[in-house]
Amino acid sequence: MSSRDEILEKIRREKLPDQPLPDLKEFGIVYADKFEQFTAALKSVGGTSIRVKDRGDASRAVRELAVHQQAKKIGSLIPGIGDANVDLEAIDDPHELEDVDLSIFPGEFGVAENGAIWIDAKNVKHRVMYFIAQHVVVLLDARELVDNMHRAYDRLAFDEPGFGMFLSGPSKTADIEQSLVIGAHGPRSLTVVLVENGPAG
Amino acid sequence: MKVGLFVPCYVDQMYPEVGWATLQVLRRCGVDVDYPVAQTCCGQPMANTGCSDQTAPLAKQFVAIFRSYDYIVSPSGSCISMVRNHYGEFFGDSADYQHVRERSYEFCEFLHDVLKINELPGRFPHRVGIHQSCHGLRELRLGSSSELVQPAFSKVQKLLSLLEGIEFTSLQRPDECCGFGGTFAVAEEAVSVMMGDNRVADHEQAGTEVLTGVDMSCLMHLEGLLRRKRSPMRVLHVAQILACDDGKTIFQ
Amino acid sequence: MTNHAVLAEQFVADKPRAHWHDQALWFVRAKRDLAAKSLPEWEELREHASNIKAHCVSRLADYLEEFTRNAEKLGAQVHWARDAAEHNQIVLGILQKHRVTKIVKSKSMLTEECHLNPFLERHGMEVIDTDLGERIVQMRREPPSHIVLPAIHIQKEEVGELFHEQLGTDAGATDPQYLVEAARKHLREKFMAAEAGITGVNFAIAETGGFVVCTNEGNCDLGVSLPPLHIACMGIEKLIPRAQDLGVFLRLLARSATGQPITTYSSHFHGPRPGGALHVVLVDNGRTDILRSDDFRRSLNCIRCGACMNTCPVYRRSGGHSYQSTVPGPIGSILSPAKDAAKHDSLPFACSLCGSCTDVCPVKIDLHHQLLTWRGEIAKRGLLPKSKTWGMKAVSFVLQRRRLYEWSGKFARLSLRKLPRWMIYNRFNAWGKQRELPSAPRSSFRDWYRQQPKNGADKKES
Repeated sequence: MSSRDEILEKIRREKLPDQPLPDLKEFGIVYADKFEQFTAALKSVGGTSIRVKDRGDASRAVRELAVHQQAKKIGSLIPGIGDANVDLEAIDDPHELEDVDLSIFPGEFGVAENGAIWIDAKNVKHRVMYFIAQHVVVLLDARELVDNMHRAYDRLAFDEPGFGMFLSGPSKTADIEQSLVIGAHGPRSLTVVLVENGPAG
Repeated sequence: MKVGLFVPCYVDQMYPEVGWATLQVLRRCGVDVDYPVAQTCCGQPMANTGCSDQTAPLAKQFVAIFRSYDYIVSPSGSCISMVRNHYGEFFGDSADYQHVRERSYEFCEFLHDVLKINELPGRFPHRVGIHQSCHGLRELRLGSSSELVQPAFSKVQKLLSLLEGIEFTSLQRPDECCGFGGTFAVAEEAVSVMMGDNRVADHEQAGTEVLTGVDMSCLMHLEGLLRRKRSPMRVLHVAQILACDDGKTIFQ
Repeated sequence: MTNHAVLAEQFVADKPRAHWHDQALWFVRAKRDLAAKSLPEWEELREHASNIKAHCVSRLADYLEEFTRNAEKLGAQVHWARDAAEHNQIVLGILQKHRVTKIVKSKSMLTEECHLNPFLERHGMEVIDTDLGERIVQMRREPPSHIVLPAIHIQKEEVGELFHEQLGTDAGATDPQYLVEAARKHLREKFMAAEAGITGVNFAIAETGGFVVCTNEGNCDLGVSLPPLHIACMGIEKLIPRAQDLGVFLRLLARSATGQPITTYSSHFHGPRPGGALHVVLVDNGRTDILRSDDFRRSLNCIRCGACMNTCPVYRRSGGHSYQSTVPGPIGSILSPAKDAAKHDSLPFACSLCGSCTDVCPVKIDLHHQLLTWRGEIAKRGLLPKSKTWGMKAVSFVLQRRRLYEWSGKFARLSLRKLPRWMIYNRFNAWGKQRELPSAPRSSFRDWYRQQPKNGADKKES
């Protein structure tokens, strides 16, 4: 008998009582001001946010960021945002992205309860761009905020292969005597550019 | 209403004044209380060691003795928790056990939930630190526990506040375990003592003059530590405070 | 045979350190409390989580098959392992097939449970644990002491010394920022050189065939987005039915573990990277045995958050290593005896039955009740020391006989009043080592009661 069959057979020998799944449709905290909650939560997890009117403003604002000005190598997944000097399409080996200082990419929507942003890597050649850069900047449509994780999953479907993640702040660790250090193995900072009018990516 | 008083074995032998104070308060509240002398022990020490076989006869004995009372009251959260939550395996669907189970109350619980007393003559002008014994708190839900997201309440504090002049001290860890834990107190002596020392230190920093609780087992352990270091902090069971008489002179 | 009490005593003996350890973990517990209280629906959330797990376990076989079908449709390869040995062989096989010798691993308690690292190292492979806490204990050649905070027992001075020796940092450096920076550089090299990434799985989704890995450091993601091979190892109980169920668990996990609203990264993997390979290894290793037990089945709800450890007053004062089991603390004291009751017979007794663990558990495992049930199991299997069984038999014997009980009590009180102190307080009296015994009264409660005029004295004497 294969291990698979053995394990399944062992489980099926037990007739266990039924337990209905909960209905999560209306469940979960609702905030009076999603934007305020989102930016506060983002701040509490070590991220920063700036608010701009439109894509044009966003483009300017990103260039003015200190992390952009100090960056030698910049990669951007958003055409027209950031002075990208890394040709991501021309690179095949993600290891070549080791020295990227700044990575710019779009977020799909934000979650107010925890300052998280859903990142969808669809059509992204190098998902390492989310993790390997020293600093990251995320563009997000400020109107695309949900209250909580249940509403987030209401919006998500996983019927195709791919990678996605909730990103909440810069990488961090407290493994040395519980002292919080921002910037563990991944990016040292996360700046969210909230665009009031218009999509981000 | 006829109440059967259950006095835990070690309280009967080593802290009789607590049994006495419990009786005094119940009688002052107009309750007809009996103490069936046939009782000995609820079986908890055996059960907590995993010895079901040794617990069964004591459980059966308890139910046989107390089945004819309207209520069974005991100055012990852990004993009542034993009866309510851990006797099931010995009784199946016995009607006697169901009755005993539904009608067994810890002393404060009985005053608060059944008698619903809202006044108690007496003064106790001291700074009192309440030790929230784990069984009473997390098994009998005598109060809100710090782990749960729920409105704050404490049946024990509510009752004690009926006394004039009483003040309550504020702890850093309001419901951390004292470390008695039954045979744990001896089998894991080092951790048990460290836990107790930490509780004592918490009460000291809070300014507690009188340390109290609903379980004499916890208090015995804490008092043992206090007496060893010659601390002036007094230790009294809630019944003794509510009776405004520690009853000690009767048993000297 | 492990004995928690002996190891705990050693831990407590270093008073300042034990106090420091207790405070450090209490602090994490306090952060959890704040996070929980920020959601008025917290208790409902726990109830939902518990019900989702119960539902999933009741149809686990169907969900495992659904997961496998969907994962394979996405291009992942799914393997099944009966036990730790088979798991290790499967992982080795995959690595050898891809001619891999350099591996990075993000935190996986399952791989700890299977002792994967030493197994792979015996076969000539380099496995670097990339979670900073795990890397620290790996460099010190010791096991983690906590499932979420592996290095919680280590002080920054010790990390400074370790990094000075092994990474060349400045002698005497203790600044966490400085030390983390050194670890970052060191681990970047490892990420860059890795030929495969092994990860755990926080939640696998039957409905979609994907799985989620949660980290704060980004180490899982760096580990699997550079090398082309990703091996994800999971216990079969990590499965959940639907993607929407993730909403419940992701809201509970980080809040329970560290008091954060969510980890920095909650990475959802559906199929391999284009041009890469993804293998998922499903592991039983005793979980089906637990599933078959009415008493212990609920321990399969565990999402490995560590909240029970943070709240346990015994764990805080004895440290994870005193449990000598992969998973320590309250949940470990239930899971480990299930694997080897004789080896771990002291663990269910490393507990004062306070119940705090049960109240913090995000998936509502009745931890302290299961610990008590384990004590009964250990007694049934004849694993209790003779002193305990005979002691309890003797005590029960006396307590079943009223007159004998009364006489014993009288005798004990008399002895305590009359015997010289040195006869009472000596090395045979564990209670008396650091505590006074209560003073013994002349009469018991029942003595007094019997002497009262008839105002309710019960005549039912047997």
